[in-house]
Amino acid sequence: MALNRDFVGRTYASSAPYEVSRVKISEFATAIGDSNPIYHDRQAAVAAGHPDVVAPPTFPIVFSLLGTGDALSDPELGLDFSMVVHGEQRFEYERPIHAGDELVCASTIAEIRSVGRNAFLTLRSDVSTTSGELVCRTYNVIVERGGAA
Amino acid sequence: MAATVKYDEVEAGQEIPAVEYQVRRVDLVRYAGASGDFNPIHWNERFAKAVGLPDVIAHGMYTMAQGGRFVTDWAGDPGAVVEYGVRFSSMVVVPDDDNGAVIRISGIVEEKREDKRVVVTLTARSGDSRVLSKARAVVQLS
Repeated sequence: MALNRDFVGRTYASSAPYEVSRVKISEFATAIGDSNPIYHDRQAAVAAGHPDVVAPPTFPIVFSLLGTGDALSDPELGLDFSMVVHGEQRFEYERPIHAGDELVCASTIAEIRSVGRNAFLTLRSDVSTTSGELVCRTYNVIVERGGAA
Repeated sequence: MAATVKYDEVEAGQEIPAVEYQVRRVDLVRYAGASGDFNPIHWNERFAKAVGLPDVIAHGMYTMAQGGRFVTDWAGDPGAVVEYGVRFSSMVVVPDDDNGAVIRISGIVEEKREDKRVVVTLTARSGDSRVLSKARAVVQLS
């Protein structure tokens, strides 16, 4: 089934701010096997010039798509989750994310295209503080195998 | 918030030595919990095989995170990474044994840009497969 291209350009906001905590950063860093003290020890992070422990580069994946779940599961879109694989991922950082940040995301379905038998859907998420400072943009391409128009 | 690598001491074309990262089933379970991605193809062999996969496979984002580790360990400060992107080109198959799989990552300083930034391209392999393509990071050096 082809994806509904009427969804291109639609934007979905996170329902509540995501609070970045030291504990979560440390847990995530441990899960990727990274013992860098800048992720685990506030004093080490401050000594390196950060306000608090900072998040690993891929950390925004934890929260950046929270607002899009409902959109992607909307039957009108026509996405078959059982056929979905992760195609590409990219992050552009304005500054490191650190503990204490309260972040909101606005995710836009930027593109839907077909390549061969597969459908590609690109989601762009703008991650900002609750006071409106842009901290990161993420680009997430998901591939629906066999989903081409 | 400063990389320990100095821009003036880096040459375009310079290689960053390979590092091997082991990934076992327990690492995927831990990553599932920390990331919130509980797709059963990353921990349930029965389910993975039922949907046509050879075995449990690692989260793409787990592999991407190892590439991130490679870059931040080289740069010396996670805050020095200003851009990081990959394409997931092949699966990392993780067998149910004590060794799991190995992801071998190496890098090259592809380009020196202005304002002390460099482009690092990564090669990530597991077994005979290249598991990431178009993997590159832009890093702010000091």
